[in-house]
Amino acid sequence: MLPGDMLRFRHVVDVFRNCCQRWGYREVRTPTLEYLHLFTSTGTLTPGMLRRVYSFLDWDGWSGERVVLKPDGTIPIARLYIDNLSDQEVARLFYVTNIFAFERTGREKRERWQYGTEFLGGTEFTADVEAILLARETMCQMGLGEVELQLSHAGLVKELVREFGLDSGEEARVLNCILEGDWSILEKMEGSNPWLDNLLNGLLNLKGRSSNFLQNIRAISREASPAFRSALDNFINITTSLDDLDCDYSIDVKAISGFEYYTGVCFQFLSGVNRVGGGGRYDDLIPLMGGKKVPACGFALYADPIMELLPGERGNGVERILVRGEELDAGVVNKCFALAKSLRGAGYTAELGFEERKEAGYRWVISISGEGPFVLEDCEGKQRLRVNSEEEVLAAISG
Amino acid sequence: MEYQPVRFALPKGRFLSSTAEFLKEVGLSFSGYDAKTRQYCLESAEFPYLSAKVFQAKDIPVQVAVGNYDFGICGLDWIEELQTRYPASALVSVANLGYGDGNVCVAASEKLGLSRLDELPGGGAYRIVSEYPNLAEGMALDFRLGEFRIIPVWGAAEAYPPENADLAVLWHEGETELKAQRLVSLAELFPVMAYLIANRKSLENKDLSQILGRLSPRFVAREDTSRAAREFFRRDRTALKPVLTGWQAKEIKLALPDGHQHGPTTQLLERAGLNFRGYSGRRISRRPVSDLDWLGIKMIRPQDMPLQVANGNFDLAITGEDWLREHLSRFPSSPVEKLLGLGFGGVRIVVAISQDVPADNVDDLRSLVQEGKLAPIRVASEYVNLADKYLRDNRIDPYKLIPTWGASEAFLPDDADLLIDNTETGKTLEQHRLKVIDVLFRSSACLIGNKDSIIQLGKEEKIEFFLAAFRGAVLQ
Repeated sequence: MLPGDMLRFRHVVDVFRNCCQRWGYREVRTPTLEYLHLFTSTGTLTPGMLRRVYSFLDWDGWSGERVVLKPDGTIPIARLYIDNLSDQEVARLFYVTNIFAFERTGREKRERWQYGTEFLGGTEFTADVEAILLARETMCQMGLGEVELQLSHAGLVKELVREFGLDSGEEARVLNCILEGDWSILEKMEGSNPWLDNLLNGLLNLKGRSSNFLQNIRAISREASPAFRSALDNFINITTSLDDLDCDYSIDVKAISGFEYYTGVCFQFLSGVNRVGGGGRYDDLIPLMGGKKVPACGFALYADPIMELLPGERGNGVERILVRGEELDAGVVNKCFALAKSLRGAGYTAELGFEERKEAGYRWVISISGEGPFVLEDCEGKQRLRVNSEEEVLAAISG
Repeated sequence: MEYQPVRFALPKGRFLSSTAEFLKEVGLSFSGYDAKTRQYCLESAEFPYLSAKVFQAKDIPVQVAVGNYDFGICGLDWIEELQTRYPASALVSVANLGYGDGNVCVAASEKLGLSRLDELPGGGAYRIVSEYPNLAEGMALDFRLGEFRIIPVWGAAEAYPPENADLAVLWHEGETELKAQRLVSLAELFPVMAYLIANRKSLENKDLSQILGRLSPRFVAREDTSRAAREFFRRDRTALKPVLTGWQAKEIKLALPDGHQHGPTTQLLERAGLNFRGYSGRRISRRPVSDLDWLGIKMIRPQDMPLQVANGNFDLAITGEDWLREHLSRFPSSPVEKLLGLGFGGVRIVVAISQDVPADNVDDLRSLVQEGKLAPIRVASEYVNLADKYLRDNRIDPYKLIPTWGASEAFLPDDADLLIDNTETGKTLEQHRLKVIDVLFRSSACLIGNKDSIIQLGKEEKIEFFLAAFRGAVLQ
């Protein structure tokens, strides 16, 4: 990232950290290099994602043990929680991390940054609502314009597939396709009951804008299993709450892909066609990884598309001052360093220069020669001043 | 009409005879491409602009993907091995050519008592041995095996289960052959048909119509190699129970080499007064047997031995110093060490270059690379870690390493600029118009051991028994 990119990156991180801290989340960091089996053994990433990890042999690789450049933000946080924080019933954590994925086209970024939160121990639907509102507030404060929120529900989708009564192998195949983003398989399936066809038609082809849509779905799925209806009720609770809190969204069950670990509501944020964030509930992840039965939900925002959407060079509000020595005489050099120190002490950003070249981008250029006074050039006001002491310099630039 | 030169990469080994036959039938034969060939560069009998080079099948997809060759013919196994890991490579698999040999399958020891892969219990940390590490990993992910370790080997994967690996992803001719190895196929991944592959840029830009015109009448429907989705929901987390064989009870596990070192090792054992049935004589077995009841023996590739000794699968092994040093360059803290030089199989590990290149030593070479006349320098080697170290130590930069699987001299001068390889007499190098500009070291066969196992109580004495026997044999 170039200086301009880094300014935007830091701005985004600062906003994210401030928001998270105000909601009571605490920052954590996990290693960049992790054991591969952390990601394969839980069955929490799809084979498609696991094929694209950067993995290699560790220092003692003769055992076949491999390490991986972290391909996902949530699983390491879950491990961190299990190993260190599991005595806390509730843990609100956030992180800023880079994640790595293998190239597919030769044009993609291999390293991406994301900012995320994980709310461990949040049992009720209110935890999901909290994640959505926090993500939305963060993006709003970052200065992102219109962001669309799309909602789906992994539990509902899994129960929907189960309604078809397939054998376990076929059911797995259908769910795999869906996780890899291929919904056509479900569209082609014909239910044994007309109500299932109607339900599919409603869920796959319509996009609800309020909880009323889900209430309508509930009305046409009276014959569905209790598990399906329970997942639907959970979804209704979340959307009703979002309605009451004036949070706009659309319900699109297809707005889910990739992560096998989601069990409840899933959401993604879009700015135009760009996916800028996503998250959801993953109640089974911690127990699958050997921890207690701790429900959890979280979200991640994707730095790269967000930075693309933010306005160009974002100033950091710092006025740059150049202290320039006209000669390399020891007295001049000392005077320059001393003045720069005083300026920095007074809260300014002071750079030193001893070369003869035209400088640009400074608010002030202060020239120092052997015996002479300090010559201040006001680059904005286009005027020159001559003063005799550091105090007078500080007084002049503070206006 | 002028045609641009078109280059074919053709397979040695398993597919050589059938490919030669196929090319003859379609009217694309290359003179000298037959089972007896010792030539690597071939000319087309029909088309003056068409030439070919003979490679190990394993090298062909890589050579075509990087654009050194427009076309290649090889088994689907090595194509899948590349494409599983690098789907975005410039390799296009053009067509199934309709002839083939054997299958790639996931096999396990018949002692496990399983017949299908989905009968494997969940929650185990599976050890999967394979010549195809990428395919093996893809299989493990598709079948959601959870925690697994891939053990890549140069060959003889069938010798590892059940003691040294739980599963093997390997090529086999058929059930009978597997059964003879006491293995059972848990899942057939795909039949290994011969495929025509091409470089994407060549297909997009070059006029290849005459060649494709000859080949296309023989194209057949491609095999469906997509592996079915596997069980999505988690199985019980019961671990795979270790299979108990006589092997576990053996206090000392010894690995003996197959291939070139097999003959001299047999003689050494004879001189040492050690008689291992199934290692010498008519009936050769991957599991020779000894009268010493505390000794377990397997015959595997010498290239794989240092790693297998490091991970504790074997206590002792007879391999070459070259492979030991190759291993130690990759894993400097490995517990493997040389216990005794055995005197036979002497070779030099040399740096060689085409006789046409104006460089007689490594300093000349460095200058050429620094001046940009040979940059980046392409280096072909079986010893990728030794080669890497040599190039770094001698500040030859920039370079590109091309891993090879034998017959590396064939890569020069077209597909590589420098060779780091072993040579016994230097004759092969001379035949290929190469000259030696540096010697890394001299290597011969040696007995290697695991430092940690040597100090174990009880083992020390038995290892000393071997050392004494071999010392005596070396002196004779």
